[in-house]
Amino acid sequence: MHGRPRKAPKPEDEAASSAKAQKLRALQTQFFTFHHNKIYTKEAVELSAKLLEINPESYTAWNYRKLAVEHYLNLPDCNPDSIKSVLDDELRVVENALRQNFKSYGAWHHRKWVLSKGHSSIDNELRLLDKFQKADSRNFHAWNYRRYVAESMKRSEQDELKYAEDMIYTNFSNYSAWHNRSVLLSALFEKKAGGFLLKEKVLPEEYEFIHQAIFTDPDDQSGWFYHLWLLDQTVTTDSPLLASSWPGHGSDVLLVGDRCYNGSAFSPFSALHSDSGSFPIVLYFNQPVGGVNSSTVTVECGFNKNEDLFWKPLSASNSQTARVWVAHLKVPSSDLHSTVEVSVGHSKGIISTRGFVYSHPSMFSFKVHVQPMERDSSQVSVAENISLREENFKVYGTQSEESIIDSFDQLIIKNGHETTASNWRFEALAKEIECFRELLSLVDCKIGKLTLARLLKAYDAMSYPFANKLVHSEEVLELYSDLMKLDPTHYQFYKDEHSIVLLQKVTSSKESLLQHCFQYKDSASSAICDPICLRLNNLSLSRMGAFEKLLWVQMLDLSHNELQSIEGLEAMQLLSCLSLRNNKLRSLTALEPLRKLKSLRILDISYNQIGDQSIDTTRYVCSSPLSHSVGSELNRDETVTSDVALINNWEAFFIFKDFNLNQLDIVGNTIADEKFKSVLVKIMPKLKQLDGKLLD
Amino acid sequence: MDDIPPYPPIDPTTFDLIVIGTGLPESIIAAAASTASKSVLHLDPNPFYGSHFSSLPLADLPSFLSSHSTSPSPPHSPSSDDPNEFSLLEFATRPLYSSIDISTFSPNLLDQHSRKFNLDVAGPRVLFCADKSIELLLRTGTNQYMEFKSVDATFVGDNKGNLWSVPDSRAAIFKDKSLGLVEKNKLMRFFKLVQGHLAGEQDVKISEEDLQSPFVDFLNKMGLPPKIKSFILYAIAMADYDQEDTGVCRDLLKTKDGIDQLALYNASIGRFQNASGAFLYPIYGQGELSQAFCRRAAVKGCLYVLRMPVTALLVDKDTGCYKGVRLASGQDIFSQKLILDPTFKVTLPLGSSPPLPLKEKLPFFSLKDDKGKIARGICITKTSLKPDISNFLVVYPPRSLFPEQVTSIRLLQIASNLAVCLPGMFVLYISALCNDDDQGKKLIHAVMNTLLTVPLDSESNAAVQSETAEIGSAVQDETSESSSGGPSDSGEEKPTLLWSALYSQELTLGQVDFICSTPMPDGKLNYNDLIDTTFKIFQEIYPEEEFFPETSLENPEVDGDASPET
Repeated sequence: MHGRPRKAPKPEDEAASSAKAQKLRALQTQFFTFHHNKIYTKEAVELSAKLLEINPESYTAWNYRKLAVEHYLNLPDCNPDSIKSVLDDELRVVENALRQNFKSYGAWHHRKWVLSKGHSSIDNELRLLDKFQKADSRNFHAWNYRRYVAESMKRSEQDELKYAEDMIYTNFSNYSAWHNRSVLLSALFEKKAGGFLLKEKVLPEEYEFIHQAIFTDPDDQSGWFYHLWLLDQTVTTDSPLLASSWPGHGSDVLLVGDRCYNGSAFSPFSALHSDSGSFPIVLYFNQPVGGVNSSTVTVECGFNKNEDLFWKPLSASNSQTARVWVAHLKVPSSDLHSTVEVSVGHSKGIISTRGFVYSHPSMFSFKVHVQPMERDSSQVSVAENISLREENFKVYGTQSEESIIDSFDQLIIKNGHETTASNWRFEALAKEIECFRELLSLVDCKIGKLTLARLLKAYDAMSYPFANKLVHSEEVLELYSDLMKLDPTHYQFYKDEHSIVLLQKVTSSKESLLQHCFQYKDSASSAICDPICLRLNNLSLSRMGAFEKLLWVQMLDLSHNELQSIEGLEAMQLLSCLSLRNNKLRSLTALEPLRKLKSLRILDISYNQIGDQSIDTTRYVCSSPLSHSVGSELNRDETVTSDVALINNWEAFFIFKDFNLNQLDIVGNTIADEKFKSVLVKIMPKLKQLDGKLLD
Repeated sequence: MDDIPPYPPIDPTTFDLIVIGTGLPESIIAAAASTASKSVLHLDPNPFYGSHFSSLPLADLPSFLSSHSTSPSPPHSPSSDDPNEFSLLEFATRPLYSSIDISTFSPNLLDQHSRKFNLDVAGPRVLFCADKSIELLLRTGTNQYMEFKSVDATFVGDNKGNLWSVPDSRAAIFKDKSLGLVEKNKLMRFFKLVQGHLAGEQDVKISEEDLQSPFVDFLNKMGLPPKIKSFILYAIAMADYDQEDTGVCRDLLKTKDGIDQLALYNASIGRFQNASGAFLYPIYGQGELSQAFCRRAAVKGCLYVLRMPVTALLVDKDTGCYKGVRLASGQDIFSQKLILDPTFKVTLPLGSSPPLPLKEKLPFFSLKDDKGKIARGICITKTSLKPDISNFLVVYPPRSLFPEQVTSIRLLQIASNLAVCLPGMFVLYISALCNDDDQGKKLIHAVMNTLLTVPLDSESNAAVQSETAEIGSAVQDETSESSSGGPSDSGEEKPTLLWSALYSQELTLGQVDFICSTPMPDGKLNYNDLIDTTFKIFQEIYPEEEFFPETSLENPEVDGDASPET
């Protein structure tokens, strides 16, 4: 029951409860004797019933009764009538127990178990449920059991939907009823029952329905939860889609031995310095998928066999599903001009985590130009002494804008086939936006603002590739700024959302992106062509996002933000130089996404808060594989087990051991004392420079 | 009543209190006085309980109304053999009803079954689940003599015959189909404001200035649209007069009173588990209420004599003090106190003004407000005004039917499941405050014309007409179902009128100077005001006694009984 204030127990209540406890203890002792001696006489079974009537939470007693039932059913003189009477007894015991406490898990479970024996009439169950659901219409146990009963009875979803609707009409503050509605509708969507239960038909009606609840009482949360489910149903396309890739379609990839490339004929967005004789192909999907491999994705080129390609998921967890997948294509070291064709999903097998098959095969192609290495020792040393200081950047020139326009469009894959199918989604979102603007004109309501922000964001995301502009981003940013002030408890959540929208805005057009692109030009450098650095510094970002537009980035400046996490950064496979200076990273484990960046050579994590807190809270918040896999890996690596310093810094070891860094800045963190630095040098023997000091 | 049957003499002949008339206020006083251990004689000239609050068989209603529509019968001449110590003051009745208009369109059908009808004389009337009458019933245990059913909904009507459901609760607002989203939000916020105010939440307190201002101004200040304002004022707060026309409004509601009304309504919804609406109606009609209190009084020792007119008041010749009454049987009964049905008046001896001592020494209560008249109508139909629902209230706010309509008109439909009419039939009670009979008729007719088909030719082929109307409505139903389906009811066939009684009731009689007289049925929908007045009268006659003291409780566990049976 809800909304009933707890009263302090009166002395007589306490006396009663201690008397009850005494009685219960006596019963329990006797019960355990029977149980342990496997005594299933009538008397013994009745005792357990008595126990359960007083305390329905006694799991052991329920299990004992299950054993007793099995015992009876296996008796030689057992006939259908006696079975029925035994099972009816069980149902009666459960019913009595539920009267005592109808939120008892054990009791509901036992009832299911009895019914699963198949000897009892299921029809009685709905009557029982009606009684319980009348007493407490929100009891989720009852609703849960109802779903089980409805399924066993093969009661139609429509009938159940009607029931849930009646319950909602009685009192719309009923999470369980709304939830059941969403479950039933999902089932009907899946069945595509009768053809008329299509999302585009049902969802607008559902929006209409939930508006009645939300407008009547915006303070009631149950309606908002259902609305969130509807929004999710509206924006999520069932079938996963390829959102972007690197290299982009129609792009030219220039691979050179050092960071100089041949003039302006090639866009800096797709020129790559590679010293490993390979380059990555990155597939970025709109939702996590599994099943990406050389049979579902084929790469046709003259110099590499498709079967040799190994596709790897890039995700924070070690699961086999991810939004981002990468494979490394080996290139010969000789001169090469070749076209590469990548076909995704022509054979089925890519499946979203929700179980939908990738059903829109797509293809992209690009050209690869390989220039053999021309080593120049002086240039190498300069290149390795990169410092992302203000004076080293200059605004990216307009002289090469033409090529950038082309390459910017290549960043995103346009899924033309989605446009027509999505019209109803647009209409639904547009209507919702209008509706919630109206609500907010009536009442000042936090959840209303959040919903409007979500709607606008979803609308922009849906229209973006075609409209080429995020028309509502200013409004969304304002809403989140507002929410940060109105609802300080959830400040960080709004801040994160704000950051992501800001990044989407920055990356939404070539003009805005160009404002953040700088040419890195070290005064000491004699390089002919200067690398492009994306500078997203001083934006007060608390999270990184918009990765699908940033797969091309090789130099990234995220300094002077408020990043606590860099989740998702693993998608930026081309990153070779990254500054996270002056952020709020609190632990080494927060750097985990970087482990997957094989090209990363230069990293600045100076002036963060690593080591401020002795306990690394990120580990509990994020599902880091480190927290699980560490122990076993540690033992296997003998070089580590022999070194006490390394054992004491195992976090550092596991983060940095996979790094291929030349240059690291870690000064200004609590953890970064001389001792720690010496450990780092040991972990990364290839490191050439630490905190600006050249190492031997 | 002309031939008074011989009665055995009443014994004893002296009582603490004599109550004449078994209307609700008299019955409550009789029960309260009996509970306070007073000896009470309760008399009624009628052969039934309830007087002007009774529920009567169809055939008896017209004769009851007309018996109270004319001036009193010729006064009995004072008998010469009066005991010397008393003066006799003659009783007479004042006419209460006027402009009585009975129409029968289906004589055979109704006459045969007259006794199957229990028609309320003072309808439309309901009990709010949380009002004073329910409290009184529960407190006194009188509910054990009665059963109730829920009046399931309230509608607001318009001049096109549409009935709009009144969104009177959170669930009803959610469910409502006629309100827009913005309207729903505004209305719910208003309800929450009122609830918060009533719960004493500091941040939502309505200011004293607002509380003293007109309710309609406060609703305007809250930005409520006209439709919602009208719902709140007339269908929830049950205001009688046009609140937006101060020229005609005689009951301008203050915000404070409006909020009290909302609180009553709100507390009424959901009070009893099987009452879905805010109101209850007694099975067998409102007359049951008076009867139940009479039973309650009888249990406490009150003596009942029906069919017993009283002819004269006995006063002390010297002091002018009240002594007793003379019954139609000729017997004189004495008591300290007397309570009179409001239709009785005392004629003073010709040429003499009331002796001064009378004014000073007799219990005194008077009703001074001149509230004009109330027009009432009772209609019987064979089909419900609204399909799928049988017991409900309809309110026509001022100006909703015609521009000159200054008072709201209320209509209560009660079905045969409340045992007030033949199975399958419906009784409609209509009432409106008015200044005179013509105005009253116009108001009642306006509702009837909007909702009902009135057969042109009464008496003759009405039965045939009603048959064809039934067939017609069946066909109509099919077609309207397939075609429109909008909220409008106008497309459907209107129920055909089988019988109707229209009459006006006085709301005030002349001032009763020195006799304690109970109030007559008022123009309200419930009994709250009547119970207040009754309480005051009781206090007047027994200032030292408690009105149904708590200790008199015989049956404190009562909510189950008070809730309607299903």
